[in-house]
Amino acid sequence: MTAEIIVVTSGKGGVGKTTTSASLATGLAMAGKKVAVIDFDVGLRNLDLIMGCERRVVYDFVNVVHGESTLKQSLIRDKRHDNLYVLAASQTRDKDALTQEGVEKVLDGLSEDGFDYVVCDSPAGIEKGAHLAMYFADHAVVVVNPEVSSVRDSDRILGLLASKTRRAERGDGPVTQHLLLTRYNPARVAIGEMLSVKDVEEILGIEVVGVIPESENVLTASNNGIPVIVDADSLAGQAYSDTVARILGEVRPLRFIDVPKKGFLQRVFGG
Amino acid sequence: MGILDFLKRKPESTATVARERLRIIVAQERSTRGAPDYLPMMRNELLEVIKKYVHVDLDAININFERDSGHEILELSVTLPEGKPAIGNPARNEATIG
Repeated sequence: MTAEIIVVTSGKGGVGKTTTSASLATGLAMAGKKVAVIDFDVGLRNLDLIMGCERRVVYDFVNVVHGESTLKQSLIRDKRHDNLYVLAASQTRDKDALTQEGVEKVLDGLSEDGFDYVVCDSPAGIEKGAHLAMYFADHAVVVVNPEVSSVRDSDRILGLLASKTRRAERGDGPVTQHLLLTRYNPARVAIGEMLSVKDVEEILGIEVVGVIPESENVLTASNNGIPVIVDADSLAGQAYSDTVARILGEVRPLRFIDVPKKGFLQRVFGG
Repeated sequence: MGILDFLKRKPESTATVARERLRIIVAQERSTRGAPDYLPMMRNELLEVIKKYVHVDLDAININFERDSGHEILELSVTLPEGKPAIGNPARNEATIG
């Protein structure tokens, strides 16, 4: 049984890749899967903070790649889910510390250890780290914001997924592409200030797998080091739960893409 | 003029502007995807040469790169302006180098 490899990528920085990786990995674990989430952003480790395990990092991804530690020593078990593990990026090494063979060895090791899913949190850009994060992928979650530069960059990334991956090179069938629209603000879409779900789908020629509304809960969650999907009361958390279910094959309608009708109390107190 | 008329006269929304700009640039970038890196530079140099003979601007040159099974086709078309004779040279109105 080989692990399914999912890359979370975007091209542009700051669109929500790490937030998405953390919630996707956690959501898959909540669905009973054995999951590892790997930070590929060598030199700029951040996934550990979003997952809330930054003080438990002893060995990192680069250590495993270079044989300085074993996978078992380096995987950090999640506080809340026994079947979820984090592999942190190195803070001290440079981006050349990763090699294609090294990454392959780690992914194979995870498959042998019975992992169902490996989520690869890609760095921004299209250079080596991003290339290695996507190279072995079976599925890709392309995170996009309803904003011109992000949409353009994600089209670039979709092109790279179709040509610069092991699946493409071997002719093993395409990497499954999932477009995830984040930081969506239905109120601004309604008044013509923001690209709509339909606009983004039409421009990129691909349907969205989920829409995550812009939400203050995302910042709260990262402040606390708890993936936002764990916050079942938040709209962003619920939207991530829907997204994970869809990636697992469930059919669920999109939610939170229209302007919510606020009651009087909500208007006064917010929410 | 009533308030309603005033409200109706909205300029084009910025989301619409963004959508149209993206449509054009994404289509353009997709058409040159996988093409050699030298294409934009070659296009500019060709333009310089053509400009010596006729007045054309960058939009008048269209370079198309296609990859078929086994061979690659570089198609270059230049739309020459009407009525502006070339400097000393008789120019045909459309030239295609295949």
